[in-house]
Amino acid sequence: MIKDRLLKSLYVSLWLTVLTFPVMVIRVNTIEDTVTWRWGNLLLILIGSYVFSLIWNYALERQERGKKVKTNKLSIKIKEIKATVSQSRPMKISGLAAVLAAVFLFPFLTSFYQMSIMNTALMYVMLGLGLNITIGLGGILNLGYIAFFMVGSYSYALLNQAIGLNFWIALPIGGLVALIFGIIVAVPVLRLRGDYLAIVTLAFGEIMRIVVENWSSLTGGPSGIRSIPRPAIPGVDLNLIDTAKLVYFIMIVLAAFTILITLRLKDSRIGRALIAMREDEIACQSMGINITKVKVIAFALGAVFAGVAGVVFAANTTFINPASFTLWESVLVLCIVVLGGMGSIPGVIFAALVLKLMPEYLRAFSEYRMLVFGAVLVIMMVFKPGGLIPEKRKHYNFTNKDAADFEEEDV
Amino acid sequence: MGVLEVKDLTMDFGGLRAVDHVSLEVTEGEIVALIGPNGAGKTTFFNCVTGVYNTMQGTVTINPPGREAEEIQRQPPHIITQKGLARTFQNIKLFQSMTVLENVMIGRHTRMKAGIAGAVFRGKKTRAEEQKLLHDCYEILKKIGLEKWVNEQAKNLPYGEQRRLEIARALATEPFLLLLDEPAAGMNPQETQDLVELILKLREEESISVLLIEHDMSLVMSLSEKIYVMDYGKGIASGVPKDVKKDPIVIKAYLGEDIDA
Repeated sequence: MIKDRLLKSLYVSLWLTVLTFPVMVIRVNTIEDTVTWRWGNLLLILIGSYVFSLIWNYALERQERGKKVKTNKLSIKIKEIKATVSQSRPMKISGLAAVLAAVFLFPFLTSFYQMSIMNTALMYVMLGLGLNITIGLGGILNLGYIAFFMVGSYSYALLNQAIGLNFWIALPIGGLVALIFGIIVAVPVLRLRGDYLAIVTLAFGEIMRIVVENWSSLTGGPSGIRSIPRPAIPGVDLNLIDTAKLVYFIMIVLAAFTILITLRLKDSRIGRALIAMREDEIACQSMGINITKVKVIAFALGAVFAGVAGVVFAANTTFINPASFTLWESVLVLCIVVLGGMGSIPGVIFAALVLKLMPEYLRAFSEYRMLVFGAVLVIMMVFKPGGLIPEKRKHYNFTNKDAADFEEEDV
Repeated sequence: MGVLEVKDLTMDFGGLRAVDHVSLEVTEGEIVALIGPNGAGKTTFFNCVTGVYNTMQGTVTINPPGREAEEIQRQPPHIITQKGLARTFQNIKLFQSMTVLENVMIGRHTRMKAGIAGAVFRGKKTRAEEQKLLHDCYEILKKIGLEKWVNEQAKNLPYGEQRRLEIARALATEPFLLLLDEPAAGMNPQETQDLVELILKLREEESISVLLIEHDMSLVMSLSEKIYVMDYGKGIASGVPKDVKKDPIVIKAYLGEDIDA
């Protein structure tokens, strides 16, 4: 058994060494016509891949064996503590209060730099939560989601240029415009499912960006729109740092608003219909749900949040151009939802913060960003396909034999 | 006139005629079985009646108790369900990661009103509706005998229980006619026996008519009052069980023809 495992890893590492031999070992200098043999690299790859393969196989085997019930004293103790914390009300409230305090105090304790990256991260929290409605609940793979973000940004920037529209009025209008675009896209998408649907949404995202890029007379083309006014409170003079704080609190309120709506939606009639559609379209229709309507809801509702976030984005950066809304951004938001756990609100928030903040704090390794990103996604999909914090459905407690009195319990 | 009357229903897939001028009638309170060898077109017939496929020819007329008769062919599935036809699937199609209770709650969707505004603001009306929904769905689960699984994810249920959950979900749509596609497939004899009792109980208590596809002949013979037999897309025989059992055409369809004869 052990011998098999060691041998298997040896084959893997030998194969990888042969495969990477030309790239990693031979270096040809074409000017001096010399060849350098870097045998050290060979050894490194051999040992490195051997160890990695051993760990990988071990982890896979563990995964296949399934979760063992932990029996050692420490893990039982942790479980007990978890249970008491989650059951006692004061514990819950004080936990919540601590989080709220941290959220509130954050801008007063940190630097301008910290705050501005947090502002961007919070926008992605909102985007993630919005896309979570479309993908996580509705199961509609939308690869052009960032287009709605762009629609929100440009509707503020353009309306401000044209009629001097105020930021606060632009917030709902950005959402509204995105909603209209969401419905427009949803109509051709309705007949499609699965891969075809993903391709159409991908095309939509790209078309939107290319149109904006080339419609120079209206949108300024690739050079974008400059000097968009920052959010302001009438009658109050705000400097740059104060404005960043204001944007921070605007984003917190908007994110909280998104969370509230998603939470309420999840366990409502419409929300259940969305999830049913994700699970099985034919069964969903056969249960009397108008799938056309539900699909439009999933699409348009997701778009609204992106539109609102887009308005804040435009106001925060004061400059927008199509380069901020590439396919990569759509993919990033998608990764946030998948990594966090489809349909799971805490998961999405956590993943958005990690994926947006990590690259900022790890600037030193920015060359390897994509590499790490890819590796993390692969590992996640193999070992935790439900996401970091998988979705949990609401539980209902029917205490009495008579179902008339029952308690609701959030788990 | 029966609660369901199908006349000359025909469905083609390319050049293949899957259902060929099949007629069928279910009268109120009746349990009717649709049998036939594999590939006879039974499930296609179901899909046409419930609107999953667009019927090419023929009419499907429903005559719900206390309402006017109407033709429902070529209407989308959700409209047909709203009109009171509920179905289960041959290959179980539950909402896997939702809880058992939620699966049943989905069935009630068409009988409720709350929209997005209701979900977000959670007004008095919405909350009352939700309370009633929980109550009703729990009652349905109790009736089917699934109440101990309430908060379990549907995919974690044993196979037989999953089939029962499909029936519970269909019941939640408040149908007058239940279409069951091989409800006993993969069940052991005890589970099949329980299923027979359940279907009889539903007919008694809910005054629901039943149309079912089934391969388990003991179930068909003990349960149904009328049998329709299909082969190669055509309706080849119909009648009460004991006649159909002896019908030479039916025997031929199932067992093949004797070469000497």
